[in-house]
Amino acid sequence: MSTISPERLEAGATGKPPVLSVRGLSVVYESQNPVTAVKNASFELGRGEILGLAGESGCGKTTLAYAINRLHQPPARISSGQVLFHDSSGQELDLLGLGESQLRDFRWQKLSMVFQGAMNALNPVRSIGAQLDDTLRAHAPGMTRAARRERSAQVLTRVGVDPGRLRSFPHELSGGMRQRVMIAMAMLLEPQVMIMDEPTTALDVVVQRDILREIVRLREELDFAVIFITHDLPLLLEISDRIAVMLRGEIVELDQAATLYRQAAHPYTRKLLASFPSLRGDRGAFVRGGTADDPQEQS
Amino acid sequence: MNYVIRKLGFYAIALWAALTLNFIIPRLLPGDPVDILLAKLQQRGGSVTEETRKAYSILLGGDDSQPLIVQYAGYLGNLFKGDLGVSVSYFPAPVTEVIGASMPWTVILVGVSTILAAGIGILLGTFAGWRPGTWLDSLVPATTLLAAVPYFWLALVLVYLLSRGLGLFPAQGGYDVVLDPGFNGPFLLSAIEHAVLPALTIVIAALGGWLLGMRNMMVSTLSEDYVLTARAKGLPERWILRNYAARNAVLPSVAGFAISLGFVVSGSVVTEQVFSYPGIGSRLLAAVTNNDYALMQGVFLYITVAVLAANLLVDLIYGLVDPRTRARG
Amino acid sequence: MAPFNDTKTTSGILADTGGDPAPEPAGRATAPKAAWRMLLPSPTPWLVIGLGLILGIALFGLLAPLFVQDPNAISNIGLSSPGAEHLLGTTQTGQDVLAQLAYATRGSLQIGLIVGVLATALSAFFGIYGAYLGGFADESFSLLSNVFLVIPGLPLVIVISGFVPRESRGLWTIAVVLALTSWAASARVLRAQTLSVRNRDYVQASKVSGERAWRVIVVEILPNLLPVLASQFVFAVIAAILGEAGLSFLGLGASSSSTLGTMLYFAQNGFALPLGAWWWFLPPGLMIALFGMGLSLVNFSIDEIINPKLKSVREARKLSRAAARAAGAQPRKAAAR
Repeated sequence: MSTISPERLEAGATGKPPVLSVRGLSVVYESQNPVTAVKNASFELGRGEILGLAGESGCGKTTLAYAINRLHQPPARISSGQVLFHDSSGQELDLLGLGESQLRDFRWQKLSMVFQGAMNALNPVRSIGAQLDDTLRAHAPGMTRAARRERSAQVLTRVGVDPGRLRSFPHELSGGMRQRVMIAMAMLLEPQVMIMDEPTTALDVVVQRDILREIVRLREELDFAVIFITHDLPLLLEISDRIAVMLRGEIVELDQAATLYRQAAHPYTRKLLASFPSLRGDRGAFVRGGTADDPQEQS
Repeated sequence: MNYVIRKLGFYAIALWAALTLNFIIPRLLPGDPVDILLAKLQQRGGSVTEETRKAYSILLGGDDSQPLIVQYAGYLGNLFKGDLGVSVSYFPAPVTEVIGASMPWTVILVGVSTILAAGIGILLGTFAGWRPGTWLDSLVPATTLLAAVPYFWLALVLVYLLSRGLGLFPAQGGYDVVLDPGFNGPFLLSAIEHAVLPALTIVIAALGGWLLGMRNMMVSTLSEDYVLTARAKGLPERWILRNYAARNAVLPSVAGFAISLGFVVSGSVVTEQVFSYPGIGSRLLAAVTNNDYALMQGVFLYITVAVLAANLLVDLIYGLVDPRTRARG
Repeated sequence: MAPFNDTKTTSGILADTGGDPAPEPAGRATAPKAAWRMLLPSPTPWLVIGLGLILGIALFGLLAPLFVQDPNAISNIGLSSPGAEHLLGTTQTGQDVLAQLAYATRGSLQIGLIVGVLATALSAFFGIYGAYLGGFADESFSLLSNVFLVIPGLPLVIVISGFVPRESRGLWTIAVVLALTSWAASARVLRAQTLSVRNRDYVQASKVSGERAWRVIVVEILPNLLPVLASQFVFAVIAAILGEAGLSFLGLGASSSSTLGTMLYFAQNGFALPLGAWWWFLPPGLMIALFGMGLSLVNFSIDEIINPKLKSVREARKLSRAAARAAGAQPRKAAAR
């Protein structure tokens, strides 16, 4: 049902070599009523590209993100598809076929994640420093304690958090600070891809702005690719290179941000764009009366 | 700091409640304990003077000449002086001496058993919750059987099987009576030998609760976001199990340790009876049989203070282990 | 942070896109369960065994006394092992053990039930009502239950029983004493649960609209507490039977009654153990243990209702195994669309 032509799927459309290729990925939830949460998803992520993944609650975008990193838990099951990681060294990794310890090596080093709502994503009984430290210990066993400490302080400073906070516990930090810590942690090993799942949704708009600016700035410095998942389409229009729109488990549109904004091909994308009220001008298609009317009738 | 003060305050109140209970109970119940006591005392060859009667009346009630509040004050005063009266069943030893001799036996037995039961139970519970569906998980219903078993019956069964049947361990007593008590080799060895069955009883009966609680907490904890993050970070499974999952899942068990200690103490009283173990529990029971009210009150007091002190200790440890309590205050 | 939301919620303002109809299920579909059925436990082997044990023993205690010999009839074949005439042997005084077991089971069940109800009523009052009232009442009730919780139960019961002269130790005295010393733990659990329910919107709404306190509690709060209340009642019964058994074993139980505990008391005093009369002391304790086990197994199932994560763990395991088996049996069907 998607309106994507094969050429648009390729990252080559943006002129960047691909770092991640997802082909025909399907995820099924084996519950009482088995449901296909992700249907035949295919796209390519260019090196250093920001790919936005938009859609409403329940469309499957988070499931897709988890499946790429094989973080999905039963009853979710990948029923078909392929995920290829094109390492900067030239090696090609089949993520779905990796063994347990290879997967552990791969995770965070090549691909890291920032989760939705850092309220619970940090271990409440260990300090921030300890949580940054154990990541380094797991992936860089050669580092000395002093070197690890220095690196942890470095990433914190980069996101604008005082390195003295290494000794703090998660509950002692504000929401915005915790999210910054999560981003810092995701950068620790300088991955090539970062998947961010609604990283700013739980924060107020001012903090949101700050964090987004950090993300864009860091990406310019370190040149990692980003898959940015959110339901906030206008946000993606501002920061993404390309945007993929998901509906009920399928990617229904995938195009350059500017093109999508001006000439959305799929009717769902058009409805999504029209539903966000603007600060000035037309009222938009935001339904007030409780029924789904035709947009023309509103204005 | 706030947390510590609150806890100290609570335990002060609990202590006061226990002391007051101890004071009220003999006065509330029918019968005149003082008369019975004095009769018993005379039987044992003690002398009954007006002072003796007065002393016991303060402890147990029955002297209507003084208002209740004065009696209460006298009772508390005696307590702080360390005067708990003279034991009838172990006449002429004062109550404090009887308790002092038997307390260490119970403390060691109950202390070691509880720690063993908690340690083993939590460890097994961690693994059962980590990999649901393994053989450990099918162990869980079996532990419910053990948890429902009366301590003393289990003791009887163990004695029947291991002592009478196989002759592995002695069935009675705290130590071989021909030996001299003291810190010498043969005595300590004998003490340990005699402690195995009672300890085994307590450990087996108490294990199930710890196992189940920890297992259920592990199942909850494993679906938390921070465990997902740990996995996404590519940390080794063992590390996640220990530092992310178990570390959080064990918190309710620590909080509940204090409460279960109360139950273990209750169970050990009966266990001591079965084994004629010279602990404080059997003293209590001897006191009840002999209408030795002073000793009864004294033992109850000591048991309660010990349990409260242990609870306070565990609560303070919890404050160290869970950093969030320090912030909440 | 459940990555999966029921697809029914994708209907929203943007439902009408002229796209696909409802998502195709990947396998066999079954009708969704009615809401009230969710409150009932699912029939696992545990539940079946547990209920079986409870019903079996309850029936035994209820009906067996009608069929067995007179438990008090003394004969001169003391301490005989199980045989044709006495299925479980005889006691030291030649009394039939099976007959005694039947009456003792009935006695224990009686007192277990009475104390269970009393203790649950007390904990419901202090836990639920206190949490509902909030403020100073809640604080003081909570303090009261914490203090009672921390003071060791059995020693307290022993002391109280010790002060009561033997003649006055009737069934109801013992029941009240046991209930008074065991309500505290349940009260804490019920209070925690009530606090979480009390702050929910529909309860606030009914309060604001002027419903009387008791109506709010009975109509809005209690139905949510039913699984927890049921679970605590089960615990109370187990604790009551064990507590009474311990007390009777020590000779401090109700003077006139015959329970599994008193049976063990006589067994101990009749030197059953040293004389090797296992048929005398084994059955009563086993009966208590099996009944307690049955209750605990039922509590497992109630636990799954209270904490649905436990249920989904079990079901996920089952379905994964089934899916793995199916996938092994035939080649994987690629999602063809």
